[in-house]
Amino acid sequence: MNEIQDSVFILSLVLMAMVLSAFIFVALKSAHKEDYARVQPNAYRLRRILFGVIVVGGIFATIGTTRSLPYDVQHNRNAQQAAINVEGKQWYWGLSQDSVAKDTEVTFNVSSGDVNHGFGIYDSDLRLLAQTQAMPGYTNKLVHTFDRPGNYQLMCLEYCGLVHHGMIANFTVTETVTHSEL
Amino acid sequence: MNNLNLAPLPGSARTGILTYLSISAVVFLLMMLVGLTMRLAQAGWIGLPPDFFYQLMTAHGSGMVGISGLAASAVLWYFLRRYVELTVAVLWINLGLFLAGVVCVLGGIFVGGFGGAWTFLFPLPSTSMGVWGIWAAAFFMFGMLLIGTGFLIFYLDVARAILSKYGSIPRALGWPQLFANSDAPMPPATIVAATMVFVVNIMGIVAGAVVLAIMLINLFIPEFAVDALLTKNLIYFFGHVFINATIYQAVIAVYELLPEYTGRPWKVNKVFLAAWSASSLMVMAVYPHHLLMDFAMPTWAMVVGQILSYANGIPLVVVTAYGALTIVHKSGIRWDIASSLLFLSMFGWAAGVIPAIIDATVAVNNVMHNTMWVPGHFHFYLLVGLVAMLFGFMFYLVHKEEQGSSLVDRSAFWTYLVGSVGFAGMFLVSGMNSVPRRWAAHLPEWVTYSEIASVFAVLIVIGATAFALRFILRLPQARTV
Repeated sequence: MNEIQDSVFILSLVLMAMVLSAFIFVALKSAHKEDYARVQPNAYRLRRILFGVIVVGGIFATIGTTRSLPYDVQHNRNAQQAAINVEGKQWYWGLSQDSVAKDTEVTFNVSSGDVNHGFGIYDSDLRLLAQTQAMPGYTNKLVHTFDRPGNYQLMCLEYCGLVHHGMIANFTVTETVTHSEL
Repeated sequence: MNNLNLAPLPGSARTGILTYLSISAVVFLLMMLVGLTMRLAQAGWIGLPPDFFYQLMTAHGSGMVGISGLAASAVLWYFLRRYVELTVAVLWINLGLFLAGVVCVLGGIFVGGFGGAWTFLFPLPSTSMGVWGIWAAAFFMFGMLLIGTGFLIFYLDVARAILSKYGSIPRALGWPQLFANSDAPMPPATIVAATMVFVVNIMGIVAGAVVLAIMLINLFIPEFAVDALLTKNLIYFFGHVFINATIYQAVIAVYELLPEYTGRPWKVNKVFLAAWSASSLMVMAVYPHHLLMDFAMPTWAMVVGQILSYANGIPLVVVTAYGALTIVHKSGIRWDIASSLLFLSMFGWAAGVIPAIIDATVAVNNVMHNTMWVPGHFHFYLLVGLVAMLFGFMFYLVHKEEQGSSLVDRSAFWTYLVGSVGFAGMFLVSGMNSVPRRWAAHLPEWVTYSEIASVFAVLIVIGATAFALRFILRLPQARTV
């Protein structure tokens, strides 16, 4: 169960079903003819309510989702976390270390040695946990805390040429700190 | 000021419009077959070498966007000429440059082996690890430049025609009525939409031309340094604006034709004017939502991208989609293949933007960006929305009232509807399950999604084949007005 993806899917489905219901309702009523002067005022009244609901919903969604952004570390030079340097190259990931102990807050310093790549962290269930772009000339700092030990995969999420789909690296999260992570 | 010109189309203009649409119908079908081929390969039902898969992907992305732009410009031209004097020669110049550009693009892809995707993100065109040569990339990008040049000339003519009648962009957008309580007649919906389209599309195409020119120089003179993030901004600004402007001009068919089918006017009021003016600005400012995973971008740009993405949905849902529902509700509308497709298109657009808007939330984008969720939402509003709108317009031109709604038309409509909703839906399901987009080969865990999607893609191809054939076979009876 991955909360964000599943919630997003359900929310999308519910809202799309509401739009569909409106279209089906209107299509079913379309054969019946009524004076437009009678239809319009009711429709406009309902539109004002719809507008209000969307605006209020949008404001709440904005406030709720922007209080914490993944960019905070990128623009905060004083932040200190365990750091792993990642360089994307056609078609492999160069990592300064490929394992970390669970519950460590890791900053991945992600860059590219050639073209644009996308650095995506997948868990053992093949669910995407976080990502950032890897691009030439820039270092994007992605902070992630692994809360479960196990095998993870780093996959490319920006099209980068012939073996884009094969640009996968393994990453291990251990229960405790191992020698290589020191 | 709003007198309609309902004189028959000059012969060359009529031929031009029908040529645009015939080419579009055939290319839509071909590109759908390319899409089906890619899904079959991801399902493992056919074997495709990855270089060829990525060539097909490049052709599919650039081809679909380009041909949608061409078909939508025919919609714009057809209705706009009822209000202003457009130049027929420009219609042909655009088509000529488009076809010349297509030859270069296809040559770059299938002769030169270019597979850098429609996004041609710097420096991939020049850095393929020997898969394609510099000349292949150059041909592709030069072809895109030619196509853009044709469209630029087209929209400059639209701008000239509108401005020579309305005097200024604010007047054509109805700002005196909106902001100064002017009692002058409201500009027609088509004028407002066309003005918005030429304003944003000229900006978008120029941005695209700039980045193509920069990258073409860099191809041959690598010392001519290019910033990867700057080019990415320019490419996504161009791409976002162009495809959105394509939908905004195709929707003119809905504004013009639903009143004809329902006998009710599409009344332009202050809400309508405000919505279109707001959309003009937001369509240009919202593009950073494509760059939410480029952490080096300023945080404010990302937050603005998210907020404007939410806001940008309001004019569409509250004005255009809702307006279509209002005008059809209890109208006694005459249902035929054209009106059915136009009505469907409003559903496709309004429903398809929902997963798109949600994906513009930074926290969501963090786990959805560049997964199949993205082609999921844009295939929804392009297949069920835009393409339905365009086929609806094509049928309007060639369908006669006395022909009613035949069994073939109805079967094609439902086949296409089920196919396109199911196909886009499988992308969304794949995206929920984190399947990456633009992968030539899928992991075994993901193959089932591609298998189901392939079946839906076959339905789309069957429906679209029927649409295209019936349009082309009925061309001799096309309207002259």
